[in-house]
Amino acid sequence: MKPLYAPLALTTALVPAMAAATPVTFTTQMTNYGGDGAYLAYYVTDASGAYLGSLWMAGGKAKYYQHLSGWYAATGGNTAQVDGITGASVGAGRNLTITLDLQDALFDAGYVLHVDSSVEKMSDQPNDVVIPLTSANLGQKMPGKRYVQSVTVSK
Amino acid sequence: MLRFFHRWPGLLALVLVLLLAVTGAALSLYPMAERLAVPQAESNLSVADLATRVATAHPGIEQIRRAPSGRVVAWWFEGGTPGAAVIDPATGAEIGSPDPAFGLRFLTDLHRKLMLGDGGRITAAVGAGLMLLLSVSGAFLVARRMGGWNRWFARARGPLASRLHTELARFAIGGLVLSSVTGLWMTASVFSLIPDGATDPAPESALPGLAPLPLAEIPLFAETPASALKELSFPSSDLPGDSFKLTTDGGAARIDPGTGQMLSFTTPGFFERVTEVMVMLHTGQGAETLGLILGLMALAVPVLGWTGFTQWRSAQTYGSRIKANAAPMKAQTVILVASEGGSTWGFARTLHKGLTAAGLAVHTGALSRFDPARFPHAERFAILAATYGEGEAPTAARGVAERIARLKTPPKAPFAVLGFGDRSFPAFCGYAETLVAAARTAGWAEMMPMGRVDRQSAQDFTRWSRDFGAAIGVPLDLTHLPERPSTEALTLVSRRDYGAEVQAPTTILRFALPSYTLLHRLAGKGFSCFEAGDLIGILPRGSEVPRFYSLASSARDGFLEICVRRHPGGLCSGQLTDLAPGDRIEGFLRRNPGFRPQPGRKPVILIGAGTGIGPLAGFLRANRRHRPMHLYFGARSPQSDLLYGEDCALWQQSGQLTRLTTAFSRSEARSYVQDALRADAEAVAKLIKGGAQIMVCGGREMAEAVRDALSEIAARVGESPASLKEKGRYVEDVY
Repeated sequence: MKPLYAPLALTTALVPAMAAATPVTFTTQMTNYGGDGAYLAYYVTDASGAYLGSLWMAGGKAKYYQHLSGWYAATGGNTAQVDGITGASVGAGRNLTITLDLQDALFDAGYVLHVDSSVEKMSDQPNDVVIPLTSANLGQKMPGKRYVQSVTVSK
Repeated sequence: MLRFFHRWPGLLALVLVLLLAVTGAALSLYPMAERLAVPQAESNLSVADLATRVATAHPGIEQIRRAPSGRVVAWWFEGGTPGAAVIDPATGAEIGSPDPAFGLRFLTDLHRKLMLGDGGRITAAVGAGLMLLLSVSGAFLVARRMGGWNRWFARARGPLASRLHTELARFAIGGLVLSSVTGLWMTASVFSLIPDGATDPAPESALPGLAPLPLAEIPLFAETPASALKELSFPSSDLPGDSFKLTTDGGAARIDPGTGQMLSFTTPGFFERVTEVMVMLHTGQGAETLGLILGLMALAVPVLGWTGFTQWRSAQTYGSRIKANAAPMKAQTVILVASEGGSTWGFARTLHKGLTAAGLAVHTGALSRFDPARFPHAERFAILAATYGEGEAPTAARGVAERIARLKTPPKAPFAVLGFGDRSFPAFCGYAETLVAAARTAGWAEMMPMGRVDRQSAQDFTRWSRDFGAAIGVPLDLTHLPERPSTEALTLVSRRDYGAEVQAPTTILRFALPSYTLLHRLAGKGFSCFEAGDLIGILPRGSEVPRFYSLASSARDGFLEICVRRHPGGLCSGQLTDLAPGDRIEGFLRRNPGFRPQPGRKPVILIGAGTGIGPLAGFLRANRRHRPMHLYFGARSPQSDLLYGEDCALWQQSGQLTRLTTAFSRSEARSYVQDALRADAEAVAKLIKGGAQIMVCGGREMAEAVRDALSEIAARVGESPASLKEKGRYVEDVY
């Protein structure tokens, strides 16, 4: 996806311009937290925590993005980072599946997927899920902390 | 035009606005309930104290938030499980679940977006916009109705539905404007149409490798009172370099957990602050009492909707439907109508029908659309004009008089004006007079002197129709039948006769109340609910025109009583005074809410002569709270026509009647009730000064004489019948 290619291409020499891309599926199961629909920000950092790019934004109102505090701090709330990769917020107990074409070079290179979550009138949960993007983690249900029950990354 | 902007959005939006108002009113209870339920922190508690208490109980603390109500909620993550609770700030103990109160999410969702997505949000905003349009156009209508913005709080008059509509509107308009404006602002804010996004303090990494300081040693925490706290986010232990984020009323800061130093800081922008105030005003969160008041005002909306709808429907019912209406181009006779409630249209229909039957080409239309050029063949114009408020134009005919006065070439055909009004108002047929004056200014020729119809009197109308017929050379004798009301048969229970010896045969007739089911009672059907001073319309056999009598009892008395003077040759009074117990007559109720004692404990001066004592006796009978009531009663002879004489003695004993003063015209003193008032001037003036209400009931001449006497008396204390009338303290029921 474009918003992720751009920072990767700019910030790392690892990725050749025409690198191979594979469809990757992110399956997210929400807990029954008993609140309104959750906003979720999916983004990738390197091992040191430096922001590389966004993969997905669940929740359409930019006004509330500040509650996705990890993502917001990393991007300054720049909605250009999620243009074209924004969907609806995800209700309690619901399931969200996203499939994206990602460069193979993202895996096993020390990159980390973060999911921040936020629910109206409830706490903000930066890093609800943190998954190192390794081949070993593919297909594994990685548990979330609060609103996200689990995220599974699979190719 | 204004009315158009009030009526159509009103009807279209009724359901939407009702939903918003009712859910809004319900939601207004939550903030106050929450404030009352949560324990408040001691006033000197600092953020450091509060955070320490919570963190001691929950080492995995992630976030603490304090609502404007003082409710503190903490979220933590411990042993692999997330937790959250409402915290007692005094102890740090968990005191309950942070889940929203019962029904809150449902109501919020319904109120905010009708349980739908953005479409629902926009629809709700449209509802708020309509509410605003209704409130603003309604405010103008109220000002117009009352006769100007400076008379905003003057007493409303008119039929119950329209009066209730005005009264409630005056009470609620401010709140409804506030709620709809703030609601629209909030919607605009959600859609980021307002640049009110929170600014985030710049992300700065904390110094690595330091052990976290005890919370009490972080200066900003120690200095910030807990009451200013909005949110405190704790650094994540998994993220090296993560910091505290403290948000208060004044701004947001990041704080290094190792050094306790502030890393970055930001203050809210102008629009962010405005939005905060808007949210507080709209939700009542942080302004709970205001919230309750706004909720109460929102509750007026269903009643406003109902009374507004009733008025619209009655305008539809009585409205401008005319059968066999000639085209304006062809009409010889043009009837122009300026109606307020719609009843004038009924008279216009009768006139239209009568003239058409006489072979004339008649066009009937609204005065507001009057344009002489539309009627090239008109031979005469008949203008039927009601009056609104204090002699003003009915809303539908605003500006027409001014337009007529400015006509460069008035119509060649002459005009006749028939005014409709209520003689008990100071400006009886005031608007009709304005029209006549305007027509004279324009040099428009008059066919005949202006006619007047008092309180839809069929007799007045018949008289005028004869004059009008004579003026146009067509024999007319029109009988106006108001929409025939549904009557009920009333059975006479008892009668008391007076005055035969003094040539004033008068009878107090007492009828049994028809029996009603509970449902009828609740709906206020027929005679299930009435007060003394209301009117009963009697349809005598052999006539379709009802005669009205003031009721001398209320529904609570369990019977229906009227005083009837037998007039020689009077159809209705003859039939009534001939009734024997067990006989029946057809009647219906017409409310007369303008003639009631004002609520309160202020004294009431009741003045009446002859059968005029009827409603006054009813007020005395209902005076169970022993409010001071002074009765001045004029009759002919103490031996013959002292109506309610025995009752007055009893009421004086029981304290329902403070003082009775009588005047007898056929006694040696030859005294009338106005004389009795003059003789008592000092006491009466004192009562007026003390806020007494004056209620006069009786014949026209007597009422005029009383008005003269009272203007002298009231002048002593700087009042006049007119100034008292303004305040509703001088009311008349005159026939």
